[in-house]
Amino acid sequence: MSSNKKYWKSVEELNEDSSIVETLQQNEFVQEIPTDAFLGDKASLENSSTSRRDFLKYVGFSTAAASLAACEGPVVKSIPYVVQPERIVPGVANYYATTIADGFDFASVLIKTREGRPIKVENNNLATSNGEANARVHASVLSLYDNARLQGPKRNEESGAVDISWDVLDKEVAAKLNALGGKELVILTQTFASPSTTKLITEFKAKYQNVKHVVYDAVSYTEALDAYQMMYGERALADYDFSKATTIVSVAADFLGDWQGGGYDSAYAQGRVPKNGKMSKHIHFEANMSLTGANADTRVPATPTQQKQVLAALYSYITGAGAKNTLEASLQVAVEKAAKTIKKAGSNAVVVSGVQDVDAQLVVLAINKAIRSKAFNEATPRKIRQGNAKAVAQLVSDMNAGKVGGLLIAGVDPVYTLPNGVAFREGLAKVAISVAFSMHANDTAIACDYIATTPHYLESWGDVELKKGSYSLMQPTIRPLFDTRQFQETLLKWTGNSIAYNDYIKNAWTGVLGGTSWSQALHDGVLVKPVLASAALENAINTPEGEQETVVAGPNVGAAARRLSTVKSNGLELTLYTKTALGDGQQANNPWLQEMPDPITRASWDNYLTVSKADAAELRLENENVANGALNGSYAKVVVNGVEVIAPVIIQPGQAKGSVGLALGYGKKEGLKEEMQVGVNAYTLYVNQNAVQSASVSKVEGVHEFACVQLHNTLMGRGDIIKETTLEIFNTKDKHEWNAIPEVSKNHIEYEVTSPEVDLWDEFDRSVGHHFNLSIDLNACTGCGACVIACHAENNVPVVGKSEVRRSRDMHWLRIDRYYSSQDTFEGDNDKKDNIAGLRSSLSEFGEMEKPSENPQVAFQPVMCQHCNHAPCETVCPVAATSHGRQGQNHMAYNRCVGTRYCANNCPYKVRRFNWFLYNDNDEFDYHMNNDLGRMVINPDVTVRSRGVMEKCSMCMQMTQKTILDAKRDGRVIKDGEFQTACSAACSSGAMTFGDINDKESKVAKLKEGDRMYHLLEHVGTKPNVMYQTKVRNTTEA
Amino acid sequence: MKQVKYRNSASKLLFLGTVFLFSLFQPTFGQADAATTSGGDVAKGEALFKSLCASCHKRYKRSTGPALFGVTERHSTEWIYSWVKNSAAMIAAGDAEAIAIWEEYKKTPMNAFPQLNNADIDNILAYVMVPKAAPPKSAGATAQATSTGGGSSMSTNLILSALVLVFAMLVVVLFLVNKTLKNFAAANDIALPEAETRKPIWKAFIENQFLVLVTAILVLLASGYFVYGFFMQVGIDQGYQPIQPIHYSHRIHAGDNKIECKYCHSSARVSKHSGIPSLNVCMNCHKSIAEVAETTATEDYSKEFYDGEIQKLYKAVGWDESTQSYTGETSPVKWVRIHNLPDFAYFNHSQHVSVAGVQCQKCHGPVEEMEIMYQHAPLTMGWCINCHRETNVKVEGNAYYEKIHEELSKKYGVDKLTAAQMGGLECGKCHY
Repeated sequence: MSSNKKYWKSVEELNEDSSIVETLQQNEFVQEIPTDAFLGDKASLENSSTSRRDFLKYVGFSTAAASLAACEGPVVKSIPYVVQPERIVPGVANYYATTIADGFDFASVLIKTREGRPIKVENNNLATSNGEANARVHASVLSLYDNARLQGPKRNEESGAVDISWDVLDKEVAAKLNALGGKELVILTQTFASPSTTKLITEFKAKYQNVKHVVYDAVSYTEALDAYQMMYGERALADYDFSKATTIVSVAADFLGDWQGGGYDSAYAQGRVPKNGKMSKHIHFEANMSLTGANADTRVPATPTQQKQVLAALYSYITGAGAKNTLEASLQVAVEKAAKTIKKAGSNAVVVSGVQDVDAQLVVLAINKAIRSKAFNEATPRKIRQGNAKAVAQLVSDMNAGKVGGLLIAGVDPVYTLPNGVAFREGLAKVAISVAFSMHANDTAIACDYIATTPHYLESWGDVELKKGSYSLMQPTIRPLFDTRQFQETLLKWTGNSIAYNDYIKNAWTGVLGGTSWSQALHDGVLVKPVLASAALENAINTPEGEQETVVAGPNVGAAARRLSTVKSNGLELTLYTKTALGDGQQANNPWLQEMPDPITRASWDNYLTVSKADAAELRLENENVANGALNGSYAKVVVNGVEVIAPVIIQPGQAKGSVGLALGYGKKEGLKEEMQVGVNAYTLYVNQNAVQSASVSKVEGVHEFACVQLHNTLMGRGDIIKETTLEIFNTKDKHEWNAIPEVSKNHIEYEVTSPEVDLWDEFDRSVGHHFNLSIDLNACTGCGACVIACHAENNVPVVGKSEVRRSRDMHWLRIDRYYSSQDTFEGDNDKKDNIAGLRSSLSEFGEMEKPSENPQVAFQPVMCQHCNHAPCETVCPVAATSHGRQGQNHMAYNRCVGTRYCANNCPYKVRRFNWFLYNDNDEFDYHMNNDLGRMVINPDVTVRSRGVMEKCSMCMQMTQKTILDAKRDGRVIKDGEFQTACSAACSSGAMTFGDINDKESKVAKLKEGDRMYHLLEHVGTKPNVMYQTKVRNTTEA
Repeated sequence: MKQVKYRNSASKLLFLGTVFLFSLFQPTFGQADAATTSGGDVAKGEALFKSLCASCHKRYKRSTGPALFGVTERHSTEWIYSWVKNSAAMIAAGDAEAIAIWEEYKKTPMNAFPQLNNADIDNILAYVMVPKAAPPKSAGATAQATSTGGGSSMSTNLILSALVLVFAMLVVVLFLVNKTLKNFAAANDIALPEAETRKPIWKAFIENQFLVLVTAILVLLASGYFVYGFFMQVGIDQGYQPIQPIHYSHRIHAGDNKIECKYCHSSARVSKHSGIPSLNVCMNCHKSIAEVAETTATEDYSKEFYDGEIQKLYKAVGWDESTQSYTGETSPVKWVRIHNLPDFAYFNHSQHVSVAGVQCQKCHGPVEEMEIMYQHAPLTMGWCINCHRETNVKVEGNAYYEKIHEELSKKYGVDKLTAAQMGGLECGKCHY
């Protein structure tokens, strides 16, 4: 206030006598604008040659003239290749097998390319392990076309990043590396699991002295790796085959999510579909409601402390080795039951755990060993996590102590993902030379001296050993878009090796290939070599009585179990987890993933603190649905180890009391578009890279607006949406009892709604040609969301952004609804609804039913256009834009639609989506359709819809038409399984089966005749071509 | 219409020109005869040259191998005999001349022709030693033709303008005469008979309400018709004939030379796009066709014009004619797209070309007659639908159709099925 500093805006102001300054001080404009002279003089206005009416006439005329002139078609240029590559035919897709290995997601995939640009990721059916692309892998093709990617190597200077050439980078870095003077040079990398990269780093170590290689996983599995090493002498992760297990007991292992790199869905789902009256039994103990817990037959909420105690108790029940009983009564019963089931199943059972504790992991390994679980593959451990949290912690302290001379960082972003990222950044400043190998200008990259810009995996070469003996190859599917060079290529250069990296892999693979040719391996993308059973396993087989011995011979598991049983909880326990959409946050700039609703909470564009209802009441945290139907929540302050984070709260049914959850991977700021900078960074709470922390939570001011796409939490007893039964009833009772077809009355006679007697319409004849049906098995569907993203990619579904999602204007053609049951079972809901007496009671009881209980049952249901044979939407369209095809598909002609939205109102399934805005080429929606790079992902066979039209699932008409055309051209009959939709092809768990029901031998025709088959809202009489298979739970009670 | 008018005079001129040219060619033939006497038969040599040598050699221009005119001056006849019979052996034997040529032509080996005897080779040499004909006078002839043609049109214009002048003078004269006569009448006080004033016809028309009504309706109907017609043609580019960056004549390629459409538009067999051929496809032939034949030239387009267009191709693809090699400097050709379907309509060429066996001309018109390509069909939805209603599906010998054909023909009670009966009118088949 009292400062007499002079502030100035232009140099002119410093000149005391400036007339301009003088004038400007008086007036806003240098020259006076003659508004008064013009508007004030009424007479001259009236006599003016251009009256207001004339003005309007001119405007009208010029608009009409302009629109008439616009009728002239634009001149379109067609530019063919000068020399057309042999294998590229414009208009025909090519497929290449490759592998994603970004340190978090590892999968063998097929890439569909059109005119040389990758447009879609598909599952590689030749792969025997990790052949299933999850939602993030499906979305990774869009990350290739991310316009926030760096376009060339850079040098960071005081004033900012400067573009340099690779030659300059090589020269400057080499000079600095040689001048280290014996100081330590550290290579900090992601888990590459690449045999050739390991070889390369060894060679690099030989060239420069004092080189250390530290592997760092953003989401750590250090404890599990250590435990496996203690038990089996190899630093790897235990591999499980859930298809071989009839009983699965999981203690906080989210194996349908990202646990140990994921990829267990298909094996798990195989055992979940009842066959010959049998299906696997899945018991799950956890704190946060995870995807796996939601799929379990019995889910037991247990805080992290309780989880450890549960493991100890399980161990004592199964092996008999004593551990004191510290469990509370309800858990005690659950554990006893679980132990009994395991004992009964014997070697057909498996126990897995995600508890981040060496003792816990040892106990799990010991239990599986003790029961000699068939599902546990000792011979082929997983190699896709190799990080060492201790080594990383050591590195940070070394850096700050000035011991580290050089640092090469590849594929990781420790400044963002380390809890002590600030310390890491400070340490970086003390390192003489630091180079970040990165695609983005992320927190770490901008803190390093140089950024050696790397290509996307779809532009790179590579090899991965997914698990022992299972190899997978990575090959480029497009020429590098930018001036990039992959990490390995640079290492080769710096070791003075002039060979190209692909040749290097080829040479390194001579031992791996065996009898297979390199071209064949590259074509298949995968190579599996038989692995001899490890010595330990052979011992166990040869000496059946030695099982106790092997347990004792290794590390002291008994002591570990005892340690586990005595842990004490310390206030609220926070479990940090990864969400299906973003994982560890590498693809945070991917709008498809940001907009993908979380399978459990159905919220998109956010992470949040999940709190149990009891704790929320105690802390006065609230969730409420507001007038426009959106969800709002309070903010809470979470303090861990002195670090505080303020996060919005979602009250999560099924969250164990005394525990809270928060997702990692959000809250990133650097290298991201503004729209994508959502959520809070939970990595700051990830102390010692341990997911479980004791935290204190308190309410803070403010209301957070969520973009949540499902407003109703529970089914409210509308049992005909999701039909479910128990295995016992399924096996013993008649189908009409648990899967009844609704009946209607006509002339006082009850008819089934499917009967022609009660049909309003004449049936079309669909017996000729193809008649497509899609079957969705609610037992096999895990809710993973891969289909949602696959549909996005195949059908050019636009991204609308957080505020539009909040207004329920999301454009997903395929959604996965999640329902809770407020009773212990969905059946309980139905009974309660049926027993409601009178209006007063119904008001209160419906209100109650909308409140999911402490531990609800969960069911997932993918819903897309049901392609009704008697479609309500078709009859109300005033312009016949939506019509029916003989092949069972409900067609939508966008160019005919005038946007009345009658159809959406008349659709009982609410699957039609209206284009409120022009989402492509519109900078208001700065996602991927507004820039040339992002538009490269668009599928040229599907129309990009414009503003004002209705759109919906087409049952991938372009794919079925393509299959038919291919068969016609070859002059052959179409085999079952050839017809696919994007969602059915992406579904690795086999929940979605698509095909032609006129082919009586097809899988889908048989599913249609099956006992479990039902249609959504059958009583409406729409006769959909999408069917669902009743969910069967393997529970005896209820 | 205009062109037809002049065709007569032009053809006459051409005839005269040809006669003139023949007289010029006379001495050339004389020369050729002289060559025959000196060593071989030019006619036989020509036949042999065309069957064996022409794929790599030209007489006056370098091709894969050297130009052969003057070869006997560069090498001895004996050397040529042994070179033609087995060049590889000569190179292997270390013949200096042979190695020099081999090196010059990037070590491209020449096929051995042991089947040729010395007499045959003499015949070929006789043919290749025929000197290049003097530059054809056709250019001059055309120039003459155009100038005469221009003259004739000029004379017509002259006559017309003279006529106009005469009429104008007549009008002026009549007006003057009339005026003078009136002046005379006034001067002589002769009363001119006054014209009877009748009600003007337009006034009568306006007073007749019925007529006004009828006319108004007619005018409205007529304008409605034209407005409708105008709006219905918006976005329809039938007859669209843009100027392309390279004057590519379908008439020469598909018409005169009878090249199969799908040789160049090969992706029409397998893809939704017919594909504009990449330039390497052009070079399959144009590597050895650097200029068009005399007979290709028409009165509208001269040989020089066509040769210039081929040069444009060479420039775009980066072909150096003198060294017969690619320079690597390419500049893709930006063709103007003629057939534009809207983005929301899906059309697949292979469905129509490979499966249905539809002739390209059915939609694209007489392409083999088009000097400049234009859009033949309106490409409207009604046009598509009509064809789908009328065209029978080619089901014979296609296992895919067996079952569906049997069932559908039973259902409709017909033997042949149209595309419409197969479901070819459903919206979703083309719009997704």
